[in-house]
Amino acid sequence: MPYDCIVCVKQVPDTANITTDAMKEDGTVNRAALPAIFNPEDLNALETALEIRDQCGGTVTAISMGPPKAAEVLRECLYRGADRVILLTDRRAAASDTLATSYILSQAIRTIGRYDIVLCGRQAIDGDTAQVGPQIAEKLGLPQITYLEAFLGIENGRIRVRRNMGHGWELFESPLPVLLTVLGTANQPRPRSAKRVMRFKRARTVSELAAEMAAQMKAQNPQVPDSQIESAVQERAEQLRQQGLLIEQWDLDRIGADLSRCGAAGSPTKVWRVQGIVLTRKVYKQYPATEEGVRELIHELVVDRTLG
Amino acid sequence: MIPVNRQGEVWVYAEQEDGALHDVSLELCGKARQLADQLGVRVGAMLAGHQVAGLADRLIAQGADKVYLVEDSRLAHYQTLPYARVVCRLIEKYHPQIVLYGATPLGRDLAPRVASHLRAGMTADCTDLQIDDVVEARTQQLHPKLLLQVRPAFGGNIIATIVNYDGWPQMATVREGVMPLLPPDPSRRGQVVREHVELDDTLFVVRLLERHMEPRKVNLKGARVIVAGGGGVGSKENFRLIYELAGVIGGAVGASRAAVDSGFIGKEHQIGQTGTTVRPALYIACGISGAIQHRAGMEESAKIVAINTDPEAPIFSIAHYGIVGDFKQVIPMMIKALRQRQ
Repeated sequence: MPYDCIVCVKQVPDTANITTDAMKEDGTVNRAALPAIFNPEDLNALETALEIRDQCGGTVTAISMGPPKAAEVLRECLYRGADRVILLTDRRAAASDTLATSYILSQAIRTIGRYDIVLCGRQAIDGDTAQVGPQIAEKLGLPQITYLEAFLGIENGRIRVRRNMGHGWELFESPLPVLLTVLGTANQPRPRSAKRVMRFKRARTVSELAAEMAAQMKAQNPQVPDSQIESAVQERAEQLRQQGLLIEQWDLDRIGADLSRCGAAGSPTKVWRVQGIVLTRKVYKQYPATEEGVRELIHELVVDRTLG
Repeated sequence: MIPVNRQGEVWVYAEQEDGALHDVSLELCGKARQLADQLGVRVGAMLAGHQVAGLADRLIAQGADKVYLVEDSRLAHYQTLPYARVVCRLIEKYHPQIVLYGATPLGRDLAPRVASHLRAGMTADCTDLQIDDVVEARTQQLHPKLLLQVRPAFGGNIIATIVNYDGWPQMATVREGVMPLLPPDPSRRGQVVREHVELDDTLFVVRLLERHMEPRKVNLKGARVIVAGGGGVGSKENFRLIYELAGVIGGAVGASRAAVDSGFIGKEHQIGQTGTTVRPALYIACGISGAIQHRAGMEESAKIVAINTDPEAPIFSIAHYGIVGDFKQVIPMMIKALRQRQ
């Protein structure tokens, strides 16, 4: 029996390879200076969905909420085998915390309508919160199984999975629909398919088309009127749509979102203060092996917040 | 969300597994006590499970004034849906102002589910919690005695302080081992409040088929602080000092291969190419020369402190802070300095 999977994926700054260049003088992170990557555990979630489709048939839809640039991870989903991808982008969604994000994603999933299994990576490496998956499950009224380590099969409409909590494992069986969050150890994500790369490398969202074509047309004729660009974009979008290469782009209106629950307005948690940490060991300090020296060392560790 | 309630209690979710309380919940009772004293309110612990009433005394000894107890044979093992229902019902009934959970796999499964249901704020993996008055930048409104939730972000490259003005309760998960585990005070008195929460069958649709728990192992990977000893520690007895310092800081104990091969400590503590690779916020290397194989497993640590009698030891070349001296003298001084701070 075929099953429909929806995978939530996120484009994140590559925090594992952060360098001093990426730190601004005020100690905050300059996102623009960091390479943007496919959140690693979301690739495992995608792979689990593809495994389910391989075994049982069905569809895999990937959805990403983020700036227009996040279309990059959706193209990656197409290269690896996703049937349909949707970019959810809207300035009014900026500054959403995990609660607002989960609300928006749950509205998008409702809008897609048909689904048996919703999958998320366990957590994203920029926030490491692991909250959005369970928060979506609650909003959709679905059971959840987090920390998934292995997908074991679906029989009679019930899915079997193993979850790993670090000091042991549990085998669960759940009715569908269900939400799963997937660990990085769950599988080895398949590589891109060369054939699919050839086919989908031209896939674009309307925002991407607009930016690319405006740049092109203005290079040829700086006085080109906006209306002319607009109609050219629409024409091109229609061509792509017919070729199955137009990446769907949704905004908050499309998913019927209550704006009071999105963005800063819908986010109960607020970042009040941000402090940078000194990143590299440029400085080496030596302390004498005396009570005074040791006290100074401890004080130093407290001041730079290494010790709480 | 629940109404802002500045008389509300400070709550801890008491995580238990097979009738044993998780250390992080006991650590949190102590922290909750400190926060509650600053706010002038009481500490409550939520305890759910099957035949777990016996654990209430320990929660009280660790700082709880009240233990909200929900017992049901169907709660024998943790499951998201029924446990989340219990926690939501208790919060909706008593309106605590703060709710803390351990940032364990269980806590990180449960807490966001509860927050989503209540539409309340939730901050993950805090490493520090404080109470302070906060002026909201946008409105210039003063919010007295708010919970400051401090957590690392961006892969640990920045420290963010999060607040929650009105999406209450103010909720956070806290990493294991970050708050000191205070000695229990058996003379403390508290009240056990037995609660009944209706749990319908639809909450039990997910079936647990099999479960395999391993005894808690040395958690080097998750440790924020690691105190490690090498061949220079000299003996199994001397390793007690390493353990003592780790205990005071709230860190894990690591070792170099030299120390493991000499039989000073078990292999599960080994850090390096053939052991575990770690990147804690703080790594204190005692009597470790710093062979390349060991460095490969720890040089990504955010801060490295090296203590060694040999000023030429390679460990100093990657350390941020060094003390040339005998760890047997230096560690007691560190413990003393840390205790004075507390």
